Amino acid sequence: MTITNHSLKIKTLLTSSIAAAVMVASGAALADYPERPITLIVPWAAGGGTDATARTIARALEEELGQNVNVVNRTGGSGVVGHTAMINARPDGYTLGLATGEVNMMHWQGLTNLTYEDFTPIAQINYDFPGIQVAADSPYESLEELLEAIRTEPKGTFTASGTGQGGVWHLAFAGFLMDQDIPADQVTWIPSEGAAPAMVELVSGGIDIVPSSVPEGRSMMEAGRVKSFAVMSPDRIPSFPDIPTTKELIDTNYQVGEWRGIAGPKGMDPEIVATLEAALEAAYNSETYQGFMDQQGFGTEWRNAEEFGQLMQEMDSVFGEIVEQVGLAN
Amino acid sequence: MNGVGLVLNFDTILVILAASLFGIFVGAVPGLTATMAVALLVPLTFYMDTIPAIAAIVTTSAMAIFAGDIPGTYLNIPGTPASAAYVGESHALAKKGRAREVLGINLVCSVFGGIFGTIILIVVAQSLAEVALKFSAFEYFWLAVLGLSCSIFISVGSRTKAFLSLLFGILLSTVGLDMMSGAPRFTFGVPDLMAGINFIPVMIGMFALNELMGYYGSKSEKKTISIVDNDSVFHNVPRHIKRYWRNLLRGSSIGTLIGALPGAGADIAAWISYGVGKGRSKDSAKYGTGHIEGIVDASSANNSGISGAWVPALVFGIPGDSITAIVIGVLYMKGMNPGPTIFMDGSGLIYALFIVFILANLMMLPIGYMAIRLSKLFILTPSRVLMPIILCFCIVGAFAINNSVVDIWLMLIVGLVAYLLAVNGFPMAPAILGLVLGSVVENNFMSAMLRTGGDLTSFFARPISAGLGIAVILLWCSPLLIKAYRYQKQKSERASL
Repeated sequence: MTITNHSLKIKTLLTSSIAAAVMVASGAALADYPERPITLIVPWAAGGGTDATARTIARALEEELGQNVNVVNRTGGSGVVGHTAMINARPDGYTLGLATGEVNMMHWQGLTNLTYEDFTPIAQINYDFPGIQVAADSPYESLEELLEAIRTEPKGTFTASGTGQGGVWHLAFAGFLMDQDIPADQVTWIPSEGAAPAMVELVSGGIDIVPSSVPEGRSMMEAGRVKSFAVMSPDRIPSFPDIPTTKELIDTNYQVGEWRGIAGPKGMDPEIVATLEAALEAAYNSETYQGFMDQQGFGTEWRNAEEFGQLMQEMDSVFGEIVEQVGLAN
Repeated sequence: MNGVGLVLNFDTILVILAASLFGIFVGAVPGLTATMAVALLVPLTFYMDTIPAIAAIVTTSAMAIFAGDIPGTYLNIPGTPASAAYVGESHALAKKGRAREVLGINLVCSVFGGIFGTIILIVVAQSLAEVALKFSAFEYFWLAVLGLSCSIFISVGSRTKAFLSLLFGILLSTVGLDMMSGAPRFTFGVPDLMAGINFIPVMIGMFALNELMGYYGSKSEKKTISIVDNDSVFHNVPRHIKRYWRNLLRGSSIGTLIGALPGAGADIAAWISYGVGKGRSKDSAKYGTGHIEGIVDASSANNSGISGAWVPALVFGIPGDSITAIVIGVLYMKGMNPGPTIFMDGSGLIYALFIVFILANLMMLPIGYMAIRLSKLFILTPSRVLMPIILCFCIVGAFAINNSVVDIWLMLIVGLVAYLLAVNGFPMAPAILGLVLGSVVENNFMSAMLRTGGDLTSFFARPISAGLGIAVILLWCSPLLIKAYRYQKQKSERASL
């Protein structure tokens, strides 16, 4: 543990000196960036998980850039409103956004014309994978039993919820069923306004499965009302060490989740992007950010501007396929 | 004992004082709401310790909900949505020169409601949360239908007009992404409308802007706010409490329960309590004409609703209203993870939190009194100065809830429509409730139908759902039943003659 911490610090030191070097090298015109506060648009509501992630990275970023980073919530329309505000901003580096995986889903469903190509990717800072949660008094004891029942019972016997129609957990779960050679619509999706109300429905017996991220069910699990069979991530989540991965249980490589990253409108100056990328890497590795994410059980994953752009591109076709199969393509 | 030490220190007390003043200001300014006040606090709580952070939120929300009554009384413009249910009542009394008396009873009822809700939170949080968890889509559907029915029932004047106003509100609630199919409805290509119509700008338009236009519309008569407030704040309070103590207890209980239901907050608690109060009162005809009883019902309910909303938030991490939705995020950020463990981790944090609740509500008495005395400002300021200032805050408030310019336009357009409706005798309250509850009715109905494959009898298949359903149907039939009963009675009286 100490060794990793240490190397982490060295890494931080290195990246910040590189950042400093980049800033010095970037010449007179942009040497002053940022010279005024930066706005960070969050497409989800104040108080939620994405909002908390944004506020924490904003605070760490303030320390790196020496400027205020103001979080502004633009909510609604399954993320359309906030993401539209991001791409319509001036690409001057003073309006950024915390883009989320919905960028890869909304346009397939005909909700908006915006795609990942309308953004300038800067860095991915978080990746959350769905878990398989059922009520504590559910008759099923394991993922295998549950999958077997879903497979054999008639279509529509089981219901699941956790986001709106075509939201991330809906599509990720449908993709998981497809991966298991089960039709994507075998389980009826009951749209809800988020994971929290879905958890209430789960406990009150209204639905059978909530495939949200595991931390979203934390308090219900601690209350002994909900149990989680598995998480669809590459590795176990450090703060939930007892929950196995789907890879361990049924040997699948299906891993589709919700990515979150900092992005700006298309056409940003590459030097500003480089400045932000370096500052973000330092902020990502900061104690403020890592400590918070670890405590929450939120997944951390770093991708630089280029890799983040590639991820957006790859996931776009993955979600396109799922949306098609679920029958939501428009 | 640990908890006491966490609260009774200089920092926390200072935060509570500052938050009180902030809450009073935000609540008393039409256009700014309690939810917005709490959202504004979020960045600040980053730099505070856990207990002062929570204290700031609790105090601000409780104060803002009370202070919302002040402009409601003086100007007929509710300061926050939670005061909208009885704004007509308060203003009618204010016109009779009883403004301070109304605010005095508001204040005492608010304090009582807040503390009542807190005691429930302390004593039976876990079992009450248990009840709230039994509510599924079926139960929420009936509850929302009950709320909609109440809105017609409590309105003064023509029921037909109230019903049409309700339909207008429900129409507005259909704008945005349909949650079931994910398809956009009535968005006309405007991305902001995909989020649906937020009820805050609509409320500002319907009440505040409408009132402003009313003022300018009748300017030729040199209309001024003809309110004298030389009456005593607390003089008549004991008399009213003695007379209406049942309403006080009932309002507080209804408020706590509605607040504890995920998704229904102080505003809906006030409407329902007012509706129930009117239904059960001996003087139900006096409701809406300036009757203290209705104020006792609703103003105890909205503050107890604020406390009640913390029940599911603390026990299960499920928000009880829009304020606790923000609170949960702050709690997580402070490492105070909501859930049953919060009651047993032994750090005394939870007791500190309870003490903060009681302290914040008690603090409301002196600071609220001060605010009532200061609210003379509403009368001393000439209307031609006051009205433009309110318009500014209306615009700021409409913008700030979503940082969206579209919401300002929405507020202006709705204000204009509301003015036309009000001039023609349509009540505003049913429209607001229609907007708030319309999507609740729709989404829960659709969700229930999806789950059961369209089986309508499922609405009566669960015990609580069946009970609520029967209550609603009885309410609908009550005018008919009462008429039938009177007819029978008259007939038998005639027969016995």
